[in-house]
Amino acid sequence: MAAGVAAWLPFARAAAIGWMPVANLPMPVAPTEKNKRQDELIILNVSGRRFQTWRNTLDRYPDTLLGSSEKEFFYNEETKEYFFDRDPDVFRSVLNFYRTGKLHYPRYECISSYDEELAFFGIVPEIIGDCCYEEYKDRKRENAERLMDDQEDNKDAKLPNMTFRETMWRAFENPHTSTMALVFYYVTGFFIAVSVITNVVETVPCGSAPNQKEVPCGERYTVAFFCMDTACVMIFTVEYLMRLFAAPSRYRFMRSVMSIIDVVAILPYYIGLVMTDNEDVSGAFVTLRVFRVFRIFKFSRHSQGLRILGYTLKSCASELGFLLFSLTMAIIIFATVMFYAEKGSSSSKFTSIPASFWYTIVTMTTLGYGDMVPKTIAGKIFGSICSLSGVLVIALPVPVIVSNFSRIYHQNQRADKRRAQKKARLARIRISKTGSSSAFLHSKRNGLFNEALELTNSTEDEQRLSKSTSLLESQHHHLLHCLEKTTNHEFVDEQYYQQSYLEAGLQNYPSRSPSLSSQDGVTGTCCTRRSKKHHTPLPNASAPAHMQPLTHTHTHPQGLQELSTIHIQPLSTSRSSLNMRVDEPAPLNCQSSQITTAIISIPTPPVTTPEGDAHLPAGPTHQNVVKVSAL
Amino acid sequence: CGVYLCTFSGVEDELELSAVRHRPEGLEQLEAQTRFSRKELQILYRGFKNECPSGVVNEETFKDIYSQFFPQGDASTYAHFLFNAFDTDHNGSVSFEDFVMGLSILLRGTVQEKLNWAFNLYDINKDGYITKEEMLDIMKAIYDMMGKCTYPVLKEETPRQHVEVFFQKMDKNKDGVVTIDEFIDCCQNDENIMRSMHLFENVL
Repeated sequence: MAAGVAAWLPFARAAAIGWMPVANLPMPVAPTEKNKRQDELIILNVSGRRFQTWRNTLDRYPDTLLGSSEKEFFYNEETKEYFFDRDPDVFRSVLNFYRTGKLHYPRYECISSYDEELAFFGIVPEIIGDCCYEEYKDRKRENAERLMDDQEDNKDAKLPNMTFRETMWRAFENPHTSTMALVFYYVTGFFIAVSVITNVVETVPCGSAPNQKEVPCGERYTVAFFCMDTACVMIFTVEYLMRLFAAPSRYRFMRSVMSIIDVVAILPYYIGLVMTDNEDVSGAFVTLRVFRVFRIFKFSRHSQGLRILGYTLKSCASELGFLLFSLTMAIIIFATVMFYAEKGSSSSKFTSIPASFWYTIVTMTTLGYGDMVPKTIAGKIFGSICSLSGVLVIALPVPVIVSNFSRIYHQNQRADKRRAQKKARLARIRISKTGSSSAFLHSKRNGLFNEALELTNSTEDEQRLSKSTSLLESQHHHLLHCLEKTTNHEFVDEQYYQQSYLEAGLQNYPSRSPSLSSQDGVTGTCCTRRSKKHHTPLPNASAPAHMQPLTHTHTHPQGLQELSTIHIQPLSTSRSSLNMRVDEPAPLNCQSSQITTAIISIPTPPVTTPEGDAHLPAGPTHQNVVKVSAL
Repeated sequence: CGVYLCTFSGVEDELELSAVRHRPEGLEQLEAQTRFSRKELQILYRGFKNECPSGVVNEETFKDIYSQFFPQGDASTYAHFLFNAFDTDHNGSVSFEDFVMGLSILLRGTVQEKLNWAFNLYDINKDGYITKEEMLDIMKAIYDMMGKCTYPVLKEETPRQHVEVFFQKMDKNKDGVVTIDEFIDCCQNDENIMRSMHLFENVL
C-alpha cells in the first residue's frame, strides 16, 4: 500500500461498514491504538538546515531510519530536535519521499553520494519513481563500468582452482593474464604477418638470368616458400586445435566467426596437399590460394578496432545495401543514356550497355581514367551531367550512413534498456503487490499464532512472536480480515491457491481412494472442532500405525465446502495426527458461531499433496498443517 | 458554497477543463455540520488534499485510491458503488464536504444513520427497495475484491448463495425486495451486525 494513500485508510475502514449487514460472521476486533498521540511537528536539523514535518508523515515508512525508533539516537535533548550531520541537499529528496511517496533523483547530484545518503536513511533505491528511474540507472551503470575498468587492471589474480582447460581458455581470451599467453599472442601475430608477407612476396618477380623471363619468387624458391607456408599452417592448425580444446562450449566456438576464418585460412593448404600435380584441378588449386589472404583477418583477434569495424558494417548493412541499390540505379540510367548517345559515333568504346557501366562508374566516382571517353556532343553533355551527379550521389549517403549507424546503435541500446526496465518495472509493481498481500498473510499467521499459543498454553516458540507491525499496517490488515469474514473466504498466496485448486479439481472423482486430500482433511477435522481443548499429543513417526484411511465419505452439501474447520495443531505434527481424531463420530456441527482462533500455516506443497497412505509417514514434519476456518 | 474555478485550454480540439479547483467551505461550517472536531477536520483535509490537489475526487481517482488497499482483487466495482454513495448530489465528483459528511455518518453517526447509509449503498437505483439483482451486484463487487487466490476456491454461485442467505434473513414478508424498515429492523435484531457497527468508532 503506498503511503501516499495512508491518509485515506480511515476512509477505507469507515467504508467497510458497508460490508457489515451482508456478513454472516462476526468481525475481528479492531486493533487498538496504544498511546495514541496527537500529531505533532518534529524538527529535523540536517547540518544546520531545519526541516519540519508531521510525525505521521515520517511514520508512513516504518522500516526506514526516520520512520522507526532509530531516529531517537539522533535526538538532541537541549534543542528538542533531531540532528543529522548529513548533506542537506540530498535530504530534501529523502524528505520528499516521505511526503509524496515517490523518491526522485536530482540530476545534478553525484550518484555515489546519493546512494550513500539513501543507504544511511535506510531507503531502498529501487523505489525511485519512474520519472527519474532511467536517469538513475544510467548513471549507476556508468559508474559501475568505470569501477570495473579500474578493477580490470588488477584482475590478474588467478582463481585458485581453475582447471587446465579453463586456464588455457582464459589465456587465449586475455593475453595479458600470463606471460605464456602474451608470448603465444605475439608469436601467432608474428606468424600471421609472416604468412601474409610470404603470400605477397611470392608473386614479386625476382631477378633471374637475363635471358629468361622474369620469374616470380614463388616459382624460383619453391622449396623455401613451401617450408615457410608449412610452418605457418602448422602453427595455425595447432593454435586452432588448442582453442577448440579449451573452449567452454565447443559447438558455439566452432560456429563463431573467428574460428571460421581460422579454418578458411588453413584449409587451402591441406586441400593443396591432397590434390597435387593434377593438371585439371590446378586451375582450381590456384584460386584456392587466394583464400590464403583470409589469414589477414586473423589479425582481428589482435585488434579491437577491426572487430568494431566489422560490427559497424554488419549493423549498417541495410543502409549500405540501399546505397548500393541507388548507385546501381544511377549507373544503369547513365550507362544506357551514354550508350545510346554514343551509338552513332564510329570507333566508339561504348559497344554495349554493360560496357558503358565501366565508364559510368569511373566517372561518377570522379576517378576519370580516360580509357573510355565520349566523342559526340550529346555524349559529352550527358557525360558531364553524369560526373556532376556522381559527386552528389557519392557524397550524400556517407554522412547518412555515419549518422544512421550512430542512431541505430544508440536506438538498439535504448530499446534494450527500455525492455529491461519494463520488465523490471512490472516486476517491481508485482513485488510490491505481493509484498503487501504476503505481509498480510504473514501477520495473520503470526497474529493468530499468538492467540493460539495463549489457548494451548504452549510456551514453545514464544520467541516466534513477530515484531510488532506498525499501527497503519495492523489497521490495514484488520480491514482485510473484515473482508475475509464478510465473504467467508480467506486470502491465500499463489502457491497454496494453485495447490488447492488442483485438489478441488481432483475432488470430482468420487471413486478416489480415501486419501488425505486437503479438502477431506479439512472437513474431516471439522469433527474435531469441539476438541480444541485437548489437543493431540505429539505423534511422531510411529503414528502411522494408527493411520486409518478416511472411510467415511464426505457428503457434505456444497455450501459446507466453504466452511472449513478450525483445528489447532501443536507444532511438529505429521498428517497422520489429523487422521487420529477423524474417527470421532461427531456430527458435523459446523454452523455454530463460535470463533475459535486458528493458525494458518501455509504448508509447502509437497507436504499437502494428497498421496497414497503409504507415503504419509515421512516422519514428523515441522510444518503446522493446520487448516483455518471461520465458523 | 465552494468556489469553482474552471479554465479552458486551447480552442483547437475539444473544450478541456484543464483545471478545476474547489475550495471547501470554511472550517467552522464543516465543524457545525459534521461531528468532527477542528483538529480531525484538519487531518482529514490534509490527507484529502494530498491525494487530490484539485479539491475534488472523480471516480477514476476514487477507484485508484480504493484499489490500493486491496492488492489481490479488483476493487473497482465496489469503489464505483461507494462513489455513488458518497456523491450525494450526483454531480460526478466527490468534494471534501461530501467526503466528510459521509465519514461523519460512518464514524460518528448513530446506528440508525449507519444502517441508513448502508441501505443507501445497496440500493443502487435509490428507489427505496433493494432487489435481488442489486444485491447480487453488490455481492459480486465485494467478492471481486478478494481476488482469485482464496481458500476455499471462489465459485461462480458463491455470491448468489450469499444473496439468498441475506434475503432469507432480511426479507420478512417475502415479497422479493427489502425495504428500509425491514432492513433496519432485521439488523437491529442481529447481534453480530450491531456489534460490528461499533467497530470503527475510534478510527480517527
